[in-house]
Amino acid sequence: MDNPFVIAFGLIMQADPALMQIISLSLRVTLSAVVIACAIGLPLGAALALSRFRGKAMVIVIFNALMGLPPVVAGLVVYLLLSRSGPLGGLALLFTPTAMILAQTVLILPIIVSLTRSVVEDLWAEYQEHLLSLGAGRLQAVPTLLWDGRVSLLTGVLAGFGRASAEVGAVLIVGGNIAGHTRTMTTAITLETARGNLGLAVALGLVLLSLTLALNAAAWGAGQWAKGRLG
Amino acid sequence: MRNTRNFMIAAVSGLTLWAALPATAQEFITVASTTSTENSGLFGHILPLFQAETGIEVRVVSQGTGQALETGRRGDADVVFVHARAQEEAFVAEGYGVQRLDVMYNDFVIVGPSDDPAGLRNAATAPEAMAAIAGAGASFASRGDDSGTHVAEQTLWALAEIDPAGTWYLSTGSSMGATLNTAAQVPAYALTDRGTWLSFANRGPLEIVFEGDPVLFNPYGIILVNPDRHPHVKAEQALAFIEWITSDTGQEAIASFVVGGEQLFFPNAQ
Repeated sequence: MDNPFVIAFGLIMQADPALMQIISLSLRVTLSAVVIACAIGLPLGAALALSRFRGKAMVIVIFNALMGLPPVVAGLVVYLLLSRSGPLGGLALLFTPTAMILAQTVLILPIIVSLTRSVVEDLWAEYQEHLLSLGAGRLQAVPTLLWDGRVSLLTGVLAGFGRASAEVGAVLIVGGNIAGHTRTMTTAITLETARGNLGLAVALGLVLLSLTLALNAAAWGAGQWAKGRLG
Repeated sequence: MRNTRNFMIAAVSGLTLWAALPATAQEFITVASTTSTENSGLFGHILPLFQAETGIEVRVVSQGTGQALETGRRGDADVVFVHARAQEEAFVAEGYGVQRLDVMYNDFVIVGPSDDPAGLRNAATAPEAMAAIAGAGASFASRGDDSGTHVAEQTLWALAEIDPAGTWYLSTGSSMGATLNTAAQVPAYALTDRGTWLSFANRGPLEIVFEGDPVLFNPYGIILVNPDRHPHVKAEQALAFIEWITSDTGQEAIASFVVGGEQLFFPNAQ
């Protein structure tokens, strides 16, 4: 096997256009999924924490359990929905980046919802009296609580990003690993493994890890900066 | 709440735009094909030629033959390009495909550990070689995934009148490359198409131990998914591709694909 570190270094130095395209698609798909999952999951998780309704415990348990949803199952469900023979077939979304974003959103959403619920529940227990004395209703307290919990929530968002950027089962099924169109870092690694190019496969894995590391470092830096600046 | 809703609307519409951007300008068709054609690099060699000539982009989804035919049945591809003749003919007979055309062939080979513990090098026919593996209880790695190669393997066991089972028979349930990776580690015998084998880089102790029996002939067929059943099928562009790949130009493009000095596929369109 060729030395993967040498190959990885060469790939990055050459800025190989095919690789750059794969990296940009991977980031585009995963970041989009994270943004959508947050847009839905943060308010939903907070609302779940503060609301009281029959069957709430069951909803919480279901979201917690869905954190363990196998990517290949999420992919299969989205595939059956988007297939031409499925209910949303008319949208012609199967084997497109949009389908991959959708599948990854399904994967991340339970993480964001569950973590937000847990963080907001704790904060509410702590600040309930204070917020209510200021005349804030439960729903009006949501933005304040989300803002207060931002550092803990960031960890949840990063966990979601990690799950999406690492998975291959869902994007392979709904994206089809089409060269130049729906090939991501993880599906490219799968393909090179199948070709027996293990050195190149590990090299691509190293590139993916470096990207994840850089992104996490940036998020950590931003968190520190926010703490220092905003107390 | 209104802010949240506005934000979500903005986010979703922004995403739709973003996702739609690169797909606009160009015509494309989707071809469901097999891992053997994609992994060997054939498409990377011939598709740019077709696109340069016609401006039509071909998006290849590479799956096992069984899965590729299912993709065609569901209408998720415009063209199916696979290698399991009986299944292809059934696909057309059931009305999912319009017509099956010959495109090219290569052959299957049996690879195994270079010390050849079951003595396949002495076998006269492919069924005899399979019987030697079973007789010696030597490890055999099977695709086990209803792919064209798996179907061909089952035909060979049937010809040898053997029902493969036991600890020596490893059903990997994965692609050709993944199965070869497994076979190289065990080490085990495996049936593979010659194209994947020639372009496969992680051979370990494996080499070809049996080849050349006419029963190992591996023909590839191309089928237009029936537009009567799936009206969204891009019949015009798909037919352009089918006509091109069976034309002299397309056939020459296939013949000119060489890996390590060896031609991988042999055109045979009529």
